[in-house]
Amino acid sequence: MKDTIHAAFERTRQRRAVWDKIMVYVLTLCAIGVLFILFNILTHLFIQGVTSLNWDFFTHLPKPVGEKGGGMANGIAGTFTLLGLAICIGVPIGLGSGVYLSEYADLKFAHLVRFMADVMNGIPSIVYGIFAYIVCVLPMKGFSALSGGFALGIMMIPMITRTSEQFVRMVPAQLREAGLALGVPKWRVTLDIVLPAALAGITTGVMVSLARVAGETAPLLFTAFGNRNWQHSLTQPIAALPLQIFSYAISPFDDWHRQAWAGAIVLILLVLMINGWAQFYVMRRNRWSSGK
Amino acid sequence: MNTKGSISVKNLNFYYGEQHALKNVSMTVEPNKIVAMIGPSGCGKSTLIRVFNRMNDLIPSTRVEGEVLVDGKDIYDKNMDVVSLRRRVGMVFQKSTPFPKSIHDNIAYGLKIVGIKDHRIISETVEKSLRRAALWDEVKDHLNKSAMSLSGGQQQRLCIARAIAVDPEIILMDEPCSALDPIATARIEELMGTLKEEYTIVIVTHNMQQAARVSDKTAFLMHGQIIEFSKTTDFFTKPSNKITEDYITGRFG
Repeated sequence: MKDTIHAAFERTRQRRAVWDKIMVYVLTLCAIGVLFILFNILTHLFIQGVTSLNWDFFTHLPKPVGEKGGGMANGIAGTFTLLGLAICIGVPIGLGSGVYLSEYADLKFAHLVRFMADVMNGIPSIVYGIFAYIVCVLPMKGFSALSGGFALGIMMIPMITRTSEQFVRMVPAQLREAGLALGVPKWRVTLDIVLPAALAGITTGVMVSLARVAGETAPLLFTAFGNRNWQHSLTQPIAALPLQIFSYAISPFDDWHRQAWAGAIVLILLVLMINGWAQFYVMRRNRWSSGK
Repeated sequence: MNTKGSISVKNLNFYYGEQHALKNVSMTVEPNKIVAMIGPSGCGKSTLIRVFNRMNDLIPSTRVEGEVLVDGKDIYDKNMDVVSLRRRVGMVFQKSTPFPKSIHDNIAYGLKIVGIKDHRIISETVEKSLRRAALWDEVKDHLNKSAMSLSGGQQQRLCIARAIAVDPEIILMDEPCSALDPIATARIEELMGTLKEEYTIVIVTHNMQQAARVSDKTAFLMHGQIIEFSKTTDFFTKPSNKITEDYITGRFG
């Protein structure tokens, strides 16, 4: 018995070694493929758009067709405004429901809501746009920053719900018990002890969802609509970087195409900035709590 | 009789769903005494001390029968305020559980919850509690550092300081030293000796030497029942029960 196992082992040794090598190569290629795609997108963007990236791009309004130059200052400001509004809707509701699911809900209900959140995550963003159009734009009788923020905000809700539930759940049960054992009411334990312990994870989740909606175009087509001028009120149509990139990219003018590329660079930098800031924040907090 | 800081249990039965975890437990803990509970894993000793501050309420489908009096009052009475009960009956856990806050805020937190806003009172209490927990000299220069930066033994003393800051009557300790080295353990044991002047202490431990060293009375539990409960000196020198004798001499468990 022992001998046959040993013999079989020897017989197949070579073959297994070869397969082992092949698999490692295949997996390495996959990983390089990911980098290659990203690298390609970035270099393409950079080559096409860098000529239009100048100070004017960040400080000026778009110029009328035919005039050279101009920028997307209103689009940049608009994107920040829309993201701010989206945070106001997405973070409280998403975080609140995540905390509820982890700390209070019974398992069945939590399971149901989690499932719904996953379904919501899978809904195409244009559907959110149409939804916001019906419940926001139509009653308000016009496109507005508010409805754009609403559309992005409700897109953020399921993402934030899922991540915050996950991270709040990861807080050790002993920490909750320690709080309760001190004579602290449960809601204060949740607020003062559990949430701070999960803060790093929650922040990352919020930032990831923010980065995702920052580039959304479809929901804004029906809600924020876009604006070639400065917007002075949240109840008026508002410019946004993705919208401007979209309308410039489908225009027939070369100069506008270059501007669209530049807009795309700025959008990506913005997302990188948000993520970088979140990473920095989380790192600093972790460093403090580990006492270094 | 002085009932402040006393615990009295009569015919206590405790169930986790179908599982009968504590069977007809009766015992009395007198004020300013240290009671140790020993017994093999799963014998119900942790369940029992978690009855005293109703920590088991957090576990779904548990059931309690019988009478548990703290300070002479039935804590399972429906008018009992669990939050204020837990303020009077503090607890220190096996794993140290500093809150994700600074050293100072860990102690001050309980006071803030009670509603104390006066900074002078807070900082006085923080110092007093840390001194009483024999931690003050080690942390006084960096109260604003994260509590997570402390060593395991220091964290456990911080948890003790945090528990005494809200001025409880009873302190429950659930294997407080099982994750600590002998030196840190010795410090905590020394501390318990001074703490009992003001508090009643109930400690669950796996370490029989520890029970013998620190406690006034020792209870031995097995299969959810109290096999023996007597003065620690008698308990370890002339146990009245054969099973107790077998256990403390290491013949099983």
